[in-house]
Amino acid sequence: MMVRPTKVTNTIRSVREAAGMTQAEVARRVGVTRQTLIAIEQGRYSPTLELAFQLARAFDARLDDLFHYPDTED
Amino acid sequence: MAYMERTIWAQLIASVIGLVVYLALIVPQLITTPVGEIAWVWPMVGTIAGGIVLSIVLSIAWGIVARMRDPEFEHTADQRDREIERFGERVGQGFLAIGAIGALILAMVEAPWFWIGNALFLGFFLSAVLGGMARLGAYRRGFQ
Repeated sequence: MMVRPTKVTNTIRSVREAAGMTQAEVARRVGVTRQTLIAIEQGRYSPTLELAFQLARAFDARLDDLFHYPDTED
Repeated sequence: MAYMERTIWAQLIASVIGLVVYLALIVPQLITTPVGEIAWVWPMVGTIAGGIVLSIVLSIAWGIVARMRDPEFEHTADQRDREIERFGERVGQGFLAIGAIGALILAMVEAPWFWIGNALFLGFFLSAVLGGMARLGAYRRGFQ
């Protein structure tokens, strides 16, 4: 496992703001700290699949509405 | 700053202070005294115990200040913290192994106990500091 910024991008911040939810509310709903949610929103942490599903459920969205991965390897 | 990140900073600060104190006690003796006569055991025990106590005190004090500044700050670890903790332990174990191998080789060549004990001490120090720095890097730069 390497320390490197994840290639997974996400739209959680914009989806959360559109839903009118705070970082604290979302973090509490999916069972992580606000710092972890901030790290996910900023692309500094790639969540586990389980957490990704929990986030999708919290926003009533599909996984690929929230998370994106580049088609080609750098 | 995450709760666990603060704890790592406290451990790093305590480890570095512990090493500086230990070196301040030992290096002057190393210059003037034969290795076999250097009083290194109790300074080492004292700096290890002092480092542990200092890191706990720093962590608690820092936690109190953080709670006063932001009452809603979560003082818990979550899955990201646990993953980063495991990553840091893996990095640290490598340096612990280097210290152990160094001590083993020194024992094989019947080096003075001073060098064997200090090789192990250096391994513990590098494990704590470099494992902690790897964890801080994971918090700051990203982790997957």
